[in-house]
Amino acid sequence: MKWFERRKRVEKESKRKEIPDGFWIKCDGCGEILYKKEIMKNLMVCPKCNYHFRIDSSIYESILLDEESFKAEDENLAPSDPLRFRNYPEKVKKAQKKTSLNDAIICGQGKIEGRDIEICIMDFNFIGGSMGSVVGEKVKRAIQRASGLELPLVIVSATGGARMHEGILSLMQMAKTATALNKLNTPFISILTHPTTAGVLASYASLGDVIIAEPGALIGFAGPRVIQQTIKKELPEGFQRSEFMLGHGLVDMVVHRKDLRETVNILLGHLC
Amino acid sequence: MANCPEFERPIVELQEKIEELKSLNEGKSGGLEKEIKKLEERLSKVKEEVLSNLSPWEKVELARHPNRPYTLNYVKYLFKDWVELHGDRRFADDKAIVAGIGKLGGVSFVVVGHEKGRNVRERISRNFGMPHPEGYRKALRVMKLGGKFGIPIVTFIDTPGAYPGIGAEERGIAMAIAENIKEIAAIPVPIIVIITGEGGSGGALGIGIGDRVYMQKFAIYSVISPEGCASILWRDQKYKADAAEALKLTARDLKGLNVIDGIISEPLGGAHSDPEGASRLLGEAIIKVYNELKDVLPSELIDKRIEKFGRMGFFKE
Ligand SMILES: [Zn+2]
Repeated sequence: MKWFERRKRVEKESKRKEIPDGFWIKCDGCGEILYKKEIMKNLMVCPKCNYHFRIDSSIYESILLDEESFKAEDENLAPSDPLRFRNYPEKVKKAQKKTSLNDAIICGQGKIEGRDIEICIMDFNFIGGSMGSVVGEKVKRAIQRASGLELPLVIVSATGGARMHEGILSLMQMAKTATALNKLNTPFISILTHPTTAGVLASYASLGDVIIAEPGALIGFAGPRVIQQTIKKELPEGFQRSEFMLGHGLVDMVVHRKDLRETVNILLGHLC
Repeated sequence: MANCPEFERPIVELQEKIEELKSLNEGKSGGLEKEIKKLEERLSKVKEEVLSNLSPWEKVELARHPNRPYTLNYVKYLFKDWVELHGDRRFADDKAIVAGIGKLGGVSFVVVGHEKGRNVRERISRNFGMPHPEGYRKALRVMKLGGKFGIPIVTFIDTPGAYPGIGAEERGIAMAIAENIKEIAAIPVPIIVIITGEGGSGGALGIGIGDRVYMQKFAIYSVISPEGCASILWRDQKYKADAAEALKLTARDLKGLNVIDGIISEPLGGAHSDPEGASRLLGEAIIKVYNELKDVLPSELIDKRIEKFGRMGFFKE
């Protein structure tokens, strides 16, 4: 697909999702007031400062995959309330209504330039992209399918970590997903977007054969506020951002959103 | 006494009274035995009463009790020919996790565990049991040594969590934990995990993968501390007791959620009231579980381990 067609698709998808409202939007990066249409055309990246706006799973789908190629799996998996945790069912219902998703991830098969892949895309709009039993189970099954179908695996993360409302069971999803990766015999590319933190970073997101970060994404284990309260010192400039992670040797590369698909395609060409 | 949790007060007061009588008795060369015996019987009763009615928050306090035995206490009581191994061969020796080899019941075990330290100086040098990446990398290195030479592994978990600091992030604390979870699952020897105190989230799970996971009766295991949960949910840590209740973090809760395989009992007043007795109970459990695992083929151990964690969680489908 040609570049301008892809942009159109993203534009259409952004419009359908109606984010954000109105004609104008203030960039969180540079503070500039921007024409919404302009940013949409630019894959939700600020043309002035390159700030990458947070986007839905469906927009990543249209950025990364060939048109109409995505086939979702395990769509019917939905959260239960094993701990009978305060307000959790209501919270889930609200998130489901807001996102039209059953939980914070979509998984299935798709194509990149005609190549079949298994792909998971997390969605931050669903309770902060948190990982509970459903996210863990869906990622595990995606790993197993990738192995069984001999497809490369791509996971796009956007998450605040484990889902507190499922208590210890959400912690165990780290174990479920990370241990399952022992059985994966195909390439796994992990894409970290803003933010990718805590329990997800400390499990599958960090275990890619290649790890790609979007520019400026917050990537870390502990939250910056918790760290600041603990050490009682100012945090260094750019702390826990993609570029910081690159500098410390923790990710392979920082890739602009417009180059994401091409980069994954080239990598898969080498690895598959 | 100053450090003991509120609910323990009647126990400690009785204990002090008994000690007083005992020294009085010695000075007078006898006569008070009957009185002492009566108080001791009363003490057992009070202990049982208090400890069988603990709220989840009180269990959190007990799991964090300053006198609770730590990994090196259990090592001292249980493991002969103990040799501690240091460092991750990359950056440093993290004293918040100890690792080594010792013999229990005639069998050599690799032992890896958090260590909080007993007095102020020690606690500081051990960072209160909050590991940095190098701690997890040391743990993995020594556990792989067990895998290489066919030595079974025991881990003891007792940490508030991995350390939230700049150096920890710079050196990839999340990556270290992720790699441990994945790679420990593939180590071809029996691995027994025991939560002995605080199972603090990812910091616990980093050495928490095994064929069997047990909790001591008054240990806790949680995705977030009750204080952290309370400040997110109610924007105030003072609701930590409600959070402790909501999180379902006690040994019995976790057994009910199929996250652990069993509960190891503790002496009447809790592990800290009788560390030697607690060690004995722990040792017996380790030997029993080891005997169940020792003849399982390595490949089967690994497959079943991955399936075990693969089953965890609840959802609708
Ligand atoms: Zn901008």
